[in-house]
Amino acid sequence: MIGVIGLAILLIDVFLDGYSWVNLDFLTNYASRFPGQSGILAPLMGTLWVVGLTAIMVIPVGLGTAIYLEEFAADNIFNRLLNLNISNLAGVPSVIYGLLGLAIFVQLMLDGQRAIIAGSLTMTLLVLPIVIIASQEAIRAVPSGYRDAAFAMGATRWQVVKTVVIPQAMPSVMSGIILALSRAVGESAPILVISALIFLTYIPTSPLDRFTVLPLQIFSWASQPQHEFRSIASAGIIVLLIVLLSMNSIAIYIRSKTQSRSEQ
Amino acid sequence: MNKRSEKTTRGINKIEEVVIVWLLRIITLISILTTIGIVYVLLKESLAFFVETPENRETPVSVMEFLTGINWTPLFNCATCDPPMPSFGVLPLVVGTLLVAFIAGIIALALGLCTAIFLSEYAPEKLRKILKPVLEILAGIPTVVYGYFALTLITPFLRTVYNYFELETVFGFFGVFNALSAGLVMGLMIMPMVSTLSEDAMMSVPKSLRDAAYSMGATRFEVSTKVVVPAALSGIVASFILALSRAIGETMIVTLAAGATPNLTFNPIESIQAMTGYIVNIALGEAPHGSIEYQTLFAVGLLLFLITLLMNILGRWVISRYRQVYD
Repeated sequence: MIGVIGLAILLIDVFLDGYSWVNLDFLTNYASRFPGQSGILAPLMGTLWVVGLTAIMVIPVGLGTAIYLEEFAADNIFNRLLNLNISNLAGVPSVIYGLLGLAIFVQLMLDGQRAIIAGSLTMTLLVLPIVIIASQEAIRAVPSGYRDAAFAMGATRWQVVKTVVIPQAMPSVMSGIILALSRAVGESAPILVISALIFLTYIPTSPLDRFTVLPLQIFSWASQPQHEFRSIASAGIIVLLIVLLSMNSIAIYIRSKTQSRSEQ
Repeated sequence: MNKRSEKTTRGINKIEEVVIVWLLRIITLISILTTIGIVYVLLKESLAFFVETPENRETPVSVMEFLTGINWTPLFNCATCDPPMPSFGVLPLVVGTLLVAFIAGIIALALGLCTAIFLSEYAPEKLRKILKPVLEILAGIPTVVYGYFALTLITPFLRTVYNYFELETVFGFFGVFNALSAGLVMGLMIMPMVSTLSEDAMMSVPKSLRDAAYSMGATRFEVSTKVVVPAALSGIVASFILALSRAIGETMIVTLAAGATPNLTFNPIESIQAMTGYIVNIALGEAPHGSIEYQTLFAVGLLLFLITLLMNILGRWVISRYRQVYD
């Protein structure tokens, strides 16, 4: 309880400190040396780019892996190791993923270019275990009677998956994906390692552009000693938390809706 | 439908099936490749670090020197070394990390355990339904926000209290960056993890155990502390280990609030540098590919990876053991 109350106090403090800075200018200006003119346009667009590309890549890969492991894979040592490997990956510190992205995507693939695509590829690998585990649980929750009924009608395994399992599991899968993506929105350490700290005054227009994201901009403002910059940092936090809270509530709403449906 | 077209549909289904299974297999490979990639990258650059001779040094850094050295001065000559040369002893970073994680662990265990006992033994069903999502949201707050709290709210508050009681003459200067406030806030961050996992463990304690204690006249508090907690102990220990591992790998709080001075100290009010903090601080300046600081990123990263991996395996091993007891 103390924890919850303590956090509430902290959040209220941030809100009081930052809300007067949140306005349309703040959302449409670039970062600036002058606190009064600073805005979050570039990091906001960077976040959109990174999370959008991450979503495109992580959904098919995560769902595909989960379907394979739950519906097709035989219960042998290799596949059990696969599951173990995925839960281990979920526990790897995010900054290590940043190092992976720096060495493989930035240095090897892009020849030193710290581009958006490197950031979103890294983010994809980072949230992949979360998406896989959530999707596996969703698929496992589909009653086996549904599958048996479809098999009894002569459907192949893929037909069963395509027409019965995926539609049934979809709401839970979606809520898992949204939660995983909200993790990607808030994650800063790997992006810091990949993108480094830069000062952008343009909107990235291609996946090969350099970029910054919202948590990174908050980090750079928070580490400035002047008090005004700390206030803008809290304004940035407010925007970030609003985005995350709405994503989380959508996910929780979807989940509670499916729960009540399956109880009927 | 005549026989021939039925046959071709079946044929198409069969081909589709085979294609799909292979496609899924290839997709599944990505998670294996990720692990291989992480291990390969960390090993390759660390190997280069231990083989190549850094500038201003006559010998490469030995594994022994890396693991047991007490000076971490990768970018300049260490003053106390004889002769003066860049020194690569990782102990100050490890001790810094453990100091913060230790403070966080105490906070998280105290708060998390109380929350878990309350949720599983005392809270009415309605309150549980409200509190659980709140805890989930707590767990979803980005770490950079926690780091901001530590730096701009907790540290000034602690310093005010500290100076009010004039403790400076007793314990010395209270740093703007310090391990204490980073640890306190990190404890708050990993608290939901401890409470959720501990609560799961407590909920799986059979009702009959509780009933037996109640029938002997035990109060609810006695049942919670003397029956439920001991019965769920392995689950609680596991949650604690997993949360600690999370604390060790956490980056933004220590970078923002704990400082960037690799001192070998156990004093929580001094500025320190954690392993993750070092990685971020070097990466911020776009360390050139192939340089010694680029390689140290991966050597420190490898150590961090091994520590957290061991703790995660240990935590899961404890969980799998306690599951067998009641199922």
